[in-house]
Amino acid sequence: MTGSGILHGLAETAKNFVGSFTHPAERLVTIEYPEQRQTLPENSRQFPFLVFDGSDPEAGLRCVACQICEKECPPQCIYIIKSKAKKPDFVGKSQFFPAVFDIDLSVCMSCQICVEVCPFDAIKMDQEFELATDDRFDGLLFRKDRLAKPNSHFQKLHPTDATETDTRRAADLEKARAAAAKAAAAAKPATTPVTSPEASNPQPPPPTPQPPM
Amino acid sequence: MPSLDQLPLYLKDQIVALFPTPLQPWVGALIAIGTLCALFPALFAFTTVLERKTLARIQNRLGPNRVGPAGFLQFAADGIKSLTKEDIVPRNADRVVHFLAPFVVVVPPLLALAVLPIGRNLVALDLKETGLLYFFAVGASVEVGVFMAGWSGGNKYSLLGAMRALAQLISYELPLILSALTVVMLTGSLSLVSMVEKQSSVNFGGLYSWNVFTPWGALGFLLFLTAAAAEANRSPFDLPEAESEIIAGYFTEYSGFKFALFFLGEYLGLFAVCGLGITLFLGGWLPPFTWLNWVPSWLWFFGKLMCLIFFFVWLRGTLPRLRMDQLMQFAWQFLFPLTLINAFVAGVWHFTASWNFALRWALGAGLLALAYTLLSRPFTQAFPRRTYRFAP
Repeated sequence: MTGSGILHGLAETAKNFVGSFTHPAERLVTIEYPEQRQTLPENSRQFPFLVFDGSDPEAGLRCVACQICEKECPPQCIYIIKSKAKKPDFVGKSQFFPAVFDIDLSVCMSCQICVEVCPFDAIKMDQEFELATDDRFDGLLFRKDRLAKPNSHFQKLHPTDATETDTRRAADLEKARAAAAKAAAAAKPATTPVTSPEASNPQPPPPTPQPPM
Repeated sequence: MPSLDQLPLYLKDQIVALFPTPLQPWVGALIAIGTLCALFPALFAFTTVLERKTLARIQNRLGPNRVGPAGFLQFAADGIKSLTKEDIVPRNADRVVHFLAPFVVVVPPLLALAVLPIGRNLVALDLKETGLLYFFAVGASVEVGVFMAGWSGGNKYSLLGAMRALAQLISYELPLILSALTVVMLTGSLSLVSMVEKQSSVNFGGLYSWNVFTPWGALGFLLFLTAAAAEANRSPFDLPEAESEIIAGYFTEYSGFKFALFFLGEYLGLFAVCGLGITLFLGGWLPPFTWLNWVPSWLWFFGKLMCLIFFFVWLRGTLPRLRMDQLMQFAWQFLFPLTLINAFVAGVWHFTASWNFALRWALGAGLLALAYTLLSRPFTQAFPRRTYRFAP
């Protein structure tokens, strides 16, 4: 019958209207920013940040200034100056560190290549997007002090990735400690002629925990 | 102490009595004019926000909700915005006509609102012999304003928009007037007050005999509403002013306050023609049942007006826009013949006054259904149900 389409349409819009009051979860999808915010998925990314372990951003910084991310960055927005001195990393090895580490956010395209190529889990993606500033030069040039964030921040943003990284680094730390202990044990008989209990009864190395699959 | 129903009239009489006798008619007229000029623009302000919020809810979103409680002071923000915008008049424009066009669009609807009976004994202008004729004459004056607006811009596109708007307005005047004609036929008078009084006879169960409860009244009301939507440039007939079609059509060259005046004129026209529909078909200020008479009559009128406005907003949120040729075809090949047949069926209703009520109703409804089906066949046959050769 002519006009039945119009009546079906009117019924649908009436359902929308009434449903926006009675069932807002289905029929009223507005999120009133900035009072309400959408929960972002774990994989969402905005701009990179540098991870540091512990509480001191200078001493705990994971970055060893290998400059791989600087070379791999497609728009070349990372600027690194290597330090002259070295500092110990989490396994105790002496490493360089970045004296200057700048990322130009107006150039960065959030491709995440720097994160993918970093061998030291030092640079990861942040999720903050409310970065509007009235200074388009200095306001969008993030230096090392602004980029460095604690590991707890990384764990909060990306729990899955952080668990995997932490387990792997704990395993590496254990391996390094075991190697150090073995080296210390092997060094001892060279200095003392009396056989020590450690040399005559060598302990098997403790089992290294495997990272979770 | 007067009843709530007669309170406005009582207040007016009290104020008029304070003045000396030679001045009293003038004061009475001024009070009526002042009330209309205050009431309907206030209703316009409320309607703009209500429309935006209702459309939003239909579209699964919130409407304006920042200015004022639940966003109901949005009209104030819009008004201040339109007042502070620069008033640009193009170099090639006809300055006098450009200045006068908004007023020619705003003033006639206010004139038309004056003859509508808003409540029992509450009509600003009681024209006993020419009420309806005056309403249509004044309502048609808006079309001159539309043409003035399109012409004075000095812009061929706004002139085109004005031509299209004018074609639409003139085409839909006929179904509008002819569907009102049936009510005049059966009332025997052009006076709007007597039309409401004619609908005040009571049927079984205390039901007032509104014209919409008859077969010719029901279809006539639907035809009237359709033609009214086209007269007020409401969706789905808003081609003349659609943003995506012709920028702003005939008011492209207007900015700031004059644009706001066009907006006001359009909504006032909508109120006027809805008010007329209520007076003609929905029993004006009468309640549906006699036992609801304790609610004031003016409250019934405005309640029905708000219901009709809500229905127009609902229609706007549902239907897509009609193309110009579809619009004209609809008016001339469907609505116009249907209104003529409706007038015939109204005559049949009048001459079968002594018949059984159900039989009368069946005869009238049957004739109208037959006419409706036959007239709509060209539209349905042109677009048959789509079949797909390879789809299941």
